[in-house]
Amino acid sequence: MSTAITTEARTAPATYIPSAETLGTVLAPGARPPRPSALSASVTFGWRAMLKIKHVPEQLFDVTAFPIIMTLMFTYLFGGALAGSTTEYLQFLLPGIMVTSVVMITMYTGVGLNTDIEKGVFDRFRTLPVWRPSALVGMIFGDVLRYVLAATVILTVGLILGFRPGGGAVGVLAGIGLLVVFSFAFSWVWTMFGLILRSEKSVMGVSMLVLFPLTFLSNVFVEPTTMPGWLQAFVNVNPITHLVAAVRSVMAGSPDAGAITWVLASSAVFVAVFGALTMYRYNRK
Amino acid sequence: MRKRTTGLAIEATSLVKSFGATRALDGIDLQVPEGMVYGLLGPNGAGKTTAVRVLATLLRPDHGQARVFGHDVVREADVVRSRVSLTGQYASVDEDLTGMENLVLLGRLLGHRKPAARERAEQLLSAFGLSDAADRQVKKYSGGMRRRLDIAASILNTPDLLFLDEPTSGLDPRSRSQVWDIVRAVVGHGTTVLLTTQYLDEADRLSGRIAVVDHGRVIAEGTPGELKSSIGAGTVHLRLRDPQQRPEAERVLAHALGELVQQEADPVLVTARVSGHGTDVEASEQAARALAELALAGIVIDDFSLGQPSLDEVFLALTDRPAVPANTDPATTDPANHEMEVAA
Ligand SMILES: Nc1ncnc2c1ncn2[C@@H]1O[C@H](COP(=O)(O)OP(=O)(O)OP(=O)(O)O)[C@@H](O)[C@H]1O
Ligand SMILES: [Mg+2]
Repeated sequence: MSTAITTEARTAPATYIPSAETLGTVLAPGARPPRPSALSASVTFGWRAMLKIKHVPEQLFDVTAFPIIMTLMFTYLFGGALAGSTTEYLQFLLPGIMVTSVVMITMYTGVGLNTDIEKGVFDRFRTLPVWRPSALVGMIFGDVLRYVLAATVILTVGLILGFRPGGGAVGVLAGIGLLVVFSFAFSWVWTMFGLILRSEKSVMGVSMLVLFPLTFLSNVFVEPTTMPGWLQAFVNVNPITHLVAAVRSVMAGSPDAGAITWVLASSAVFVAVFGALTMYRYNRK
Repeated sequence: MRKRTTGLAIEATSLVKSFGATRALDGIDLQVPEGMVYGLLGPNGAGKTTAVRVLATLLRPDHGQARVFGHDVVREADVVRSRVSLTGQYASVDEDLTGMENLVLLGRLLGHRKPAARERAEQLLSAFGLSDAADRQVKKYSGGMRRRLDIAASILNTPDLLFLDEPTSGLDPRSRSQVWDIVRAVVGHGTTVLLTTQYLDEADRLSGRIAVVDHGRVIAEGTPGELKSSIGAGTVHLRLRDPQQRPEAERVLAHALGELVQQEADPVLVTARVSGHGTDVEASEQAARALAELALAGIVIDDFSLGQPSLDEVFLALTDRPAVPANTDPATTDPANHEMEVAA
């Protein structure tokens, strides 16, 4: 508090005296521009997310350190036992670990929204005559940047360790593209929880509860054929399984049309269902 | 979609909003004429913020309805949003961003292209004395600077109705008077302002009309003059040299001022309400007469002051009367005793 006051005193030695003339010029009603399009408003909110990253870059630690640790840990932990060699296992694991890490990171969307919305600035956003979901869409646009960053970090670590995707650059980019599309859609689950739950901690708790089974009970680490029948049943309906299958196939250069369709369809469902539930909560908050 | 020309910026009827067991709004009626500062005066927890949030389309009322420039705040929320802006009780700017970034962000959201948004932001920062702080994060601003930025953000597209929720709470006297000057300028340009405050003197200085809110109800409404004349135009505080003279002082004061000498714990203090009907000038005359009579009676005074009634005294005056006990059915009480203007 005292520092803030001294800073003001130092940089603004002349006391501010509101003058009727200068205030008059800014108050004179200029022409009001037409309201921005839904996309333009969302992009503007996305710009806000970028500015927040610029001012608080520490928040990128989560999306860089965590994926590196995940990749190294699982490659060396399981590589020898499961595939005989770590390089061989990496060809199988890397797309899956990329999916796991990025999907895990989506939960920060909920946590971030939960803390952000308690601040007064959201009251202002919600009284603006803009497309209602734009504040949230923009926030997720910002998060998409983190997803891309995390995926790139993992890809880099993978390439260093010996990951050699058959699909080449195009396949890898397409794989990351699919992953980002799904993660964007999946983020709406967390915006809903971010709006329903009371504290940041409970959002974390629920996220973990959902994400651990979803990512581990899948085809990320081992082929589902090695699992008991009841577990296979779950693994086969788990959207993460289909996402991993799709990303793997695309990166390997042999796209699995069924899995890709599944990913795009489930993404659409996530946006429609959880986007609607989120907006319902957002409008009544 | 055309606005109904009632001349009212806000028209709220029997608004009710509960949070669990708390009835934050318990049947509020408001009629705010266009083009003035309308004061919503009340203590902590009275329901001021809740009322503002309902009127600014942030909360849905449980019952009752509210119109802003003739548009329903629930059904036509979008139209209402295009005409109002809000400076919330807690900073409604992004603390992580700089002052400039905040204003450019809002300018973009209001539809300005980037260069225009930037130009407008620069103008506003300069008019609000924030040019030097333009590129500093808002979290490093002082309270007064933050408030100014918040108000600047609210008038980016000069709104027809501006909500200011306790704009001067926590500010030092200098920053407070800056905010007052800004509010006067804003209303001078035709924007209607709904201002909430806990300070009678603030409501009195700025408002054309005041509604006193308590427990989610309007317990009195009128011009500052009407309001003050109903509760007494001010309060006289005396400090006596000799506590022995207190009974005599109270008698003289009661005679000179008409009534209402309050008991104080400190034996040398005497407080009396000036019942003067109306103007501050009459109140001063009465106080002067009281002082003269005290001197004639040979009472020695160390300190004498005439002040506006505090919010506490307003509440004492308004709620002490038995006709409005706290939780009574609105239909069975007679609000006319307390409301100079009864909302229809
Ligand atoms: N979101 C909420 N959840 C639960 N109770 C609430 C909520 N908002 C307000 N209340 C309660 O409603 C009542 C009115 O609150 P409100 O904030 O409107 O008062 P106020 O007049 O603005 O007070 P203050 O001067 O302290 O800002 C209070 O008892 C408060 O505790
Ligand atoms: Mg309040």
